[in-house]
Amino acid sequence: MLSRVAESIYWMSRYIERTENVARFVDVNLQLLLDQPEGIQAQWDPLVATTGDDELFREKYGEPSHETVIKFLTFDSENPNSIISCLQAARENARSIRENISSEMWEQINDTYLMVTETPEEWVMTEPHQFFTDIKVASQLFIGQTDNIMSHSEGWHFCQLGRLIERADKTSRIVDVKYFILLPSVVDLNTSIDDIQWGALLHSASAFEMYRRTHGLISPNNVVHFLLLDRDFPRSILYCLTNAEESLHAISGTPLETFSNPAEQGLGQLQSEFAYAQVDQILNTGLHEFLDTFQTKLNLVGEDIYKTFFALRPIEELSTASQTQMQ
Amino acid sequence: MTYFSNYNSDGLYDEMFNSDGSPRPAVQLLVERINNFEEGEFIRRQITAEYALLRMGITFNVYADEQGVEKIFPFDLIPRIIDSKEWEWIERGLKQRIHALNLFIDDVYHEQKILKDGIIPQEVVLSSDRYLKQCIGLDPPRGIWCHITGTDLVRDGDGQIYVLEDNLGCPSGVSYVVENRQLMKRTFPQLFGMYQIQPVEDYPSHLLDMLQYIVSDRVITPEVALLTPGIYNSAYFEHSFLAQQMGVELVEGRDLVVMDGYLHMRTTKGFQRVDVLYRRINDDYLDPDVFNPESLLGVPGLMDVYKSGRLALINAPGTCVADDKVVCAYVPQIIKYYLNEDIIVPNVPTYMCWEDDDRKYVLEHIHELVVKEANQSGGYGMLIGPHSTKAECEDFVQRIKQNPRNYIAQPTLSLSRVPVLIDDHFEGRHVDLRPFILYGEDIYVLPGGLTRVALKKGSLVVNSSQGGGSKDTWVLSNTP
Repeated sequence: MLSRVAESIYWMSRYIERTENVARFVDVNLQLLLDQPEGIQAQWDPLVATTGDDELFREKYGEPSHETVIKFLTFDSENPNSIISCLQAARENARSIRENISSEMWEQINDTYLMVTETPEEWVMTEPHQFFTDIKVASQLFIGQTDNIMSHSEGWHFCQLGRLIERADKTSRIVDVKYFILLPSVVDLNTSIDDIQWGALLHSASAFEMYRRTHGLISPNNVVHFLLLDRDFPRSILYCLTNAEESLHAISGTPLETFSNPAEQGLGQLQSEFAYAQVDQILNTGLHEFLDTFQTKLNLVGEDIYKTFFALRPIEELSTASQTQMQ
Repeated sequence: MTYFSNYNSDGLYDEMFNSDGSPRPAVQLLVERINNFEEGEFIRRQITAEYALLRMGITFNVYADEQGVEKIFPFDLIPRIIDSKEWEWIERGLKQRIHALNLFIDDVYHEQKILKDGIIPQEVVLSSDRYLKQCIGLDPPRGIWCHITGTDLVRDGDGQIYVLEDNLGCPSGVSYVVENRQLMKRTFPQLFGMYQIQPVEDYPSHLLDMLQYIVSDRVITPEVALLTPGIYNSAYFEHSFLAQQMGVELVEGRDLVVMDGYLHMRTTKGFQRVDVLYRRINDDYLDPDVFNPESLLGVPGLMDVYKSGRLALINAPGTCVADDKVVCAYVPQIIKYYLNEDIIVPNVPTYMCWEDDDRKYVLEHIHELVVKEANQSGGYGMLIGPHSTKAECEDFVQRIKQNPRNYIAQPTLSLSRVPVLIDDHFEGRHVDLRPFILYGEDIYVLPGGLTRVALKKGSLVVNSSQGGGSKDTWVLSNTP
């Protein structure tokens, strides 16, 4: 597969995943605000903080409000992580590799993009739930098409790799931000507000129902365990890392437990760390620090993927490399 | 009232109707069927079809516009129908033409017999911008230069079909032929039962066959790639469509590198050899070491690989010499010279401004003629005398006097018209036809081709960059 094509597939997939995560996160938190008892200040900050663009937001809009937050995260093309920006990036990437993905996949992305550009902002302000649901469904349709129409060969594995790395990153951010807000009230555990807040954290990762079936009552430890370390839930960080690692090895052909490039080494280390971690230890050393380090390491894996598979290396460097191999 | 009851062909040649307003025999069924549609039905389907084009992302970029602005190529729902007898004649004419042009191109880069025998003045060919000295003496694989041609045909007021130009460079539009047919089937499935229409969907298979054939005597499983300038090119949709339909890699210049005497693609698993490059960039940009040194679209060293015979380029560099509008005017002589046959589908009569008699005539009759620069395409650099002001004509008079070699003139044809949906009714609009011809093991002509429509009232310019649209073109297997 062409390096350029592999890179575009990887980013197309990441941007679609990012779109879905932004939509779900905004939706859940808007609904949460509806049941907030009066007096509790609307918590807009975490919404903006999760995407990591608070500075840009304050610069443009000042104090967050219902309208400005929705606008910023949905339609603002100056915000690189808004829904419209992500879709545009996904579409540009898809457009440059139309011959590699199926027509259905391209039309799905194009359709979603056209849907968002044709949606009036006022409608989203009044009917946010419908709008964000449409976005989520569109993303899931795309993932379903990817799984069921595209051959599960190299391109598909790059798709998986992009999606899972993006998802692991987003789950860590959602947990980080929410936990930070919830932390002061850990002592007030089992109050109804707290239950709702922890529940919202699970909802933000579409994890609420699956959590209930696994753990039943809500407890901070179990929530953190479920979103970080559960082996079966497809949005938990461990699940993402394990499956990303499989795809990475499928691409290079190197057996698991070994590595042939820095990306495999870095991802393997990260996966092991999560596979053998315990919630108590993580919480004792500090969840925020733990997640912060995780995000940094995951970024490094991303850079190594770029260097290993996408970077167009100079000819001299490569021909020397292939000569060494032949000796 | 029926759909066509107010339709008026204004005394011009109409592809669907005789001069007395009765439908031509081949379209009779179609006209009846359309007249039976409920009021509003046609417009509704037109809107649905246009939205489908947008959804499928079948769009093109216009260079003059802001980068990234996409437009759909307007599509009109009434098919243009060509009966089997007329098509059979066109097909024979095109095969003859391509056969002769290939011999001509090979000759001018080798012995130049046709020039030595004085059939074409030597300077006409050798002074052409499109005659590439770098290609002298080269032998493309299997001796084929013009693998893909998109010849433009027009029909004049008296019903005669002429060849307007050949487009041997990188003719585009064939993806619209295939997509228009699919769109028509979705929009009007009921119309297809009435006729036996020759299929166009298999064009990508014919194309892939041809591309592989070119090197099949040398490589067992040839690796084919399609070279595009990138997503901002106006024909990008077509490039990706063809690559997708053929299952070959779509590459940009930056994906390619010359190494160890071969052309390679950069892949996630290292370098992979390319045997056939269907390039959709012009000769000038192919190889900065040989042609335009500023080019970032091509690949340094590409021409060396080509010269060594380790790579087939489609079309062969240098082919465009036959695309020069001046050379094109000599095609009747070219056919006579190489095949000893008379031209089947005639050229549009052409005045060559460097011939004294012709130039005198052109300068005196400029307001009646269409004047074209020899090396321009896409509807740029031309004067349509009857539609131009005195000052515009005068400007061309000066230009012709300064550089007669660079201009030809042709009578203003009153291109035939077809009905097109305008708002809520049908009006006549001028059309041309671009069939696509592949030269591989034998010469294949795609039945039909792209019918381009000048959507502006009275306009004769059908190019998509100038506000043209298109129609599905039906070549009937047998005339009902």
